[in-house]
Amino acid sequence: MDYTIKIGGQAGQGLQTIGAVLAKLFARSGFHVFTHQDYMSRIRGGHNFYQVRFADREISASRKVVDILVALDKNTVAEHLGELSPVGLVVYDSETVREKYDGENLLDIPFRQIAMDAAGNRIMENTVAVGAMLGMLGMDLETLDELLTETFARKGREVVDQNLAAAKAGADFARGNCGQCNFSVNIPGLTAAQEKEAAAGVSRAAPKRMLMDGTSAVGLGALAGGCRFYAAYPMTPSTGVMNFMAAQSGRHSLIVEQAEDEIAAINMAIGASYAGVRSMTGTAGGGFALMVEGLSLAGMTETPVVIFVGQRPAPATGFPTRTEQADLLYILHAAHGEFPRVIMAPGNPEQAYYLTGKAFDLAEKYQVPAFIISDQYLADTEWTLDALDPAKIIYQDYRLRAGELAKLADYQRHAYTDTGVSPLAEPGASHHLVVTDSDEHDEDGHLVEDAETRVRMVEKRLLKKQPLIRDQISPPLLHGDKKPETVIVGWGSTYGVIKEAVDRLGEKHSIAMLHFSEIYPFPGTGKFDYLEVLRQAKFTVCVENNATSQFARLMRAETGFVFSKLVTKFDGRPYLLEELLDELGEHDV
Amino acid sequence: MSELESFRGQNPAWCPGCGNLQILRAFKMAMVELGLEPHELTIVSGIGQAGKFPHYTRCNTFNGLHGRTLPVAQAIRLANHEMRVLAVAGDGDCYGEGGNHFLNAMRRNLNITLFVHDNQVYGLTKGQASPTTDEGMITGAQPFGVLYEPLNPIALAVAMDASFVARGFSGDQDQLRGLMQSALEHKGFAFLDILQPCVSYNKINTFQWYRERCYPVGPEHDPGDRVAAFQRALEFGERIPTGIIYRSERQTLEERIPVIANREPLVKQPFLPEDMAGELQRFF
Repeated sequence: MDYTIKIGGQAGQGLQTIGAVLAKLFARSGFHVFTHQDYMSRIRGGHNFYQVRFADREISASRKVVDILVALDKNTVAEHLGELSPVGLVVYDSETVREKYDGENLLDIPFRQIAMDAAGNRIMENTVAVGAMLGMLGMDLETLDELLTETFARKGREVVDQNLAAAKAGADFARGNCGQCNFSVNIPGLTAAQEKEAAAGVSRAAPKRMLMDGTSAVGLGALAGGCRFYAAYPMTPSTGVMNFMAAQSGRHSLIVEQAEDEIAAINMAIGASYAGVRSMTGTAGGGFALMVEGLSLAGMTETPVVIFVGQRPAPATGFPTRTEQADLLYILHAAHGEFPRVIMAPGNPEQAYYLTGKAFDLAEKYQVPAFIISDQYLADTEWTLDALDPAKIIYQDYRLRAGELAKLADYQRHAYTDTGVSPLAEPGASHHLVVTDSDEHDEDGHLVEDAETRVRMVEKRLLKKQPLIRDQISPPLLHGDKKPETVIVGWGSTYGVIKEAVDRLGEKHSIAMLHFSEIYPFPGTGKFDYLEVLRQAKFTVCVENNATSQFARLMRAETGFVFSKLVTKFDGRPYLLEELLDELGEHDV
Repeated sequence: MSELESFRGQNPAWCPGCGNLQILRAFKMAMVELGLEPHELTIVSGIGQAGKFPHYTRCNTFNGLHGRTLPVAQAIRLANHEMRVLAVAGDGDCYGEGGNHFLNAMRRNLNITLFVHDNQVYGLTKGQASPTTDEGMITGAQPFGVLYEPLNPIALAVAMDASFVARGFSGDQDQLRGLMQSALEHKGFAFLDILQPCVSYNKINTFQWYRERCYPVGPEHDPGDRVAAFQRALEFGERIPTGIIYRSERQTLEERIPVIANREPLVKQPFLPEDMAGELQRFF
């Protein structure tokens, strides 16, 4: 089974609530879930949707076809009716939508009236809708009960009971009035023995799954990586990380400061890091433009800092709430002068969690800026995961604190060393002074003008460190055939859709995905000769959510490899599974 | 105890007769008189002649970017509220490039100190107008003279209800040293604008020019009276008031952030990775 529910309507109508509850409910019931959102840059009105796909096997992208379309307004019916699958149905409330539709596959459910009748409050209409979905799918309300109890616990039992009554009434109505409903939902993930037991009514111990979006995963990875200070200025699609961190700041040793602008934000992150705490800033492409001078300050002063960039389709203000992967080369080349940097581009929440943690470790270990690149698609998509293991994130304090400093006779912030990494001391923790400068400086950190020191500092800061950092970068992930005739290459947030497309095509073809999530320093071939895989393939395709195939250009610059085919998409929307299959199908893979 | 020798840094590369030399001397004496050791202070400076200041003494130093002293200084204090933090900027640095940060630092009211070395001209880039250059002054970049009004930093700070607002003159060493000490000891954001001659590029606001005009506000001036402070702040021209112009005691930001209020500095709080593992449970 593999169903998609799409909830469409205007901003402010509560479609996000319905989508979020359904997604969590399916995840808790043991299904694999994938959701994605599409919204306009406005708080009320317009046309938005939330798409929830759930299945009894692994999924990692959104599909074009919709099985249940919940229309909270007329526009949703007009826009998406054509997406219905053969068993697909539209569900709407003719009172809210102000239209009565004819047709077998359009089901009028009076959400508002049912809410009034069952709970005496029209505000419960969205809960009625959730109940109706479960009724149509033939699912029970046990897990919903659990969820509502948790969600509304603080509001008291009465609110929980009202919501439950509303959900039940919605489910009952749907069961009684949906002759057209033809959905078959299995309790997923059970072994044959468990299924027998389930059939006998003995147990229904489906495995619970985590449901996580990219934004939360970055925040959680930052926490696990020891982030203590986050400074930012709000900008879509990076604001979610700021809000996530702010919500944590009451519970953990973490300060979140909303800066007056992005220039202040990165300078604050650098200041806090200089003072001895791990720090981070986050922004979107336009805000990052303002941070660029600060980036080179981090490079010059060798101050560790993690920078989260949520790409948006730009130039200028661009397409604020849409998705694109068009800032890779910009982030790689931003800032004047030459210094090392680390770039991570996670492809799903799991990678976002571990790679954010790794970004902190590399930033601290090598005293360099480290980036996490995301986009609206990764930020908002929710995925089911079995578990995340915080122990897999390395946390080691590389800084010199009071104890170690007391033992030192001398200290120089920018001392020459074999690795180029100088000891990084906490200012004020001893009588040793910590001096650094945005001007070219000597080992003490004081400004200099001489050529000899300049050369030695560039060797130390850049040439010695860069190869050591490259050794820490993991090779790209090969998924599918180990000796593929066709290789589909991607980076960052296209991971899921490429993976699912490759799984689909792999049933008949020799094909694999090669996905890059640790992008810079560009991975070497020592651990895994991915270049050989590409060279042996008959057909290589690079899929990117941008107009100029930036990664393909980077690949050529770093390795000389040229792809046989470039696939691009730059309409501000993510690749849907069928779209990518169409693109690849043209070439007889 | 520290002594003047404890604060000997690189030999200054400023012009002979530069007001910065007087400011540096007053600063070192103020530090000795306060009994502070070099490692007990972090100076954050920007770019401009004033930006070189920390290299000419000894202390923890972050010499950052032009205009960006205050964001760095504030974050250092947020991360470690046991560290004394002094931001040193020039008039172009703080009032031009860094104007937005200046406004917001006054709002945040962290317990840090800001010295602005105000010579009413750009020294490092050789003589262009700064935000405080007098109207009409002809420079290489302003051949018709400066065509707009100078910024009044003292009036701006009083209007922003900054916690401590003072003006010094590099030529009055005793007063300047006292103002520096008061600023460093003040709890809250302490702002000290220091008038200083630029012997190379400002031929109008010379040492003599300041000497004739600067006068210390007397005991009759009540720095707690905001209206009176604003009146003094508007005085700049034939007579220039120096001393503590305005003072308003209020809670500092570090006293208001729950994570650090009445607690150890952030940098000393232990990090426990296992605390973070619990956050994952919410996603099941």
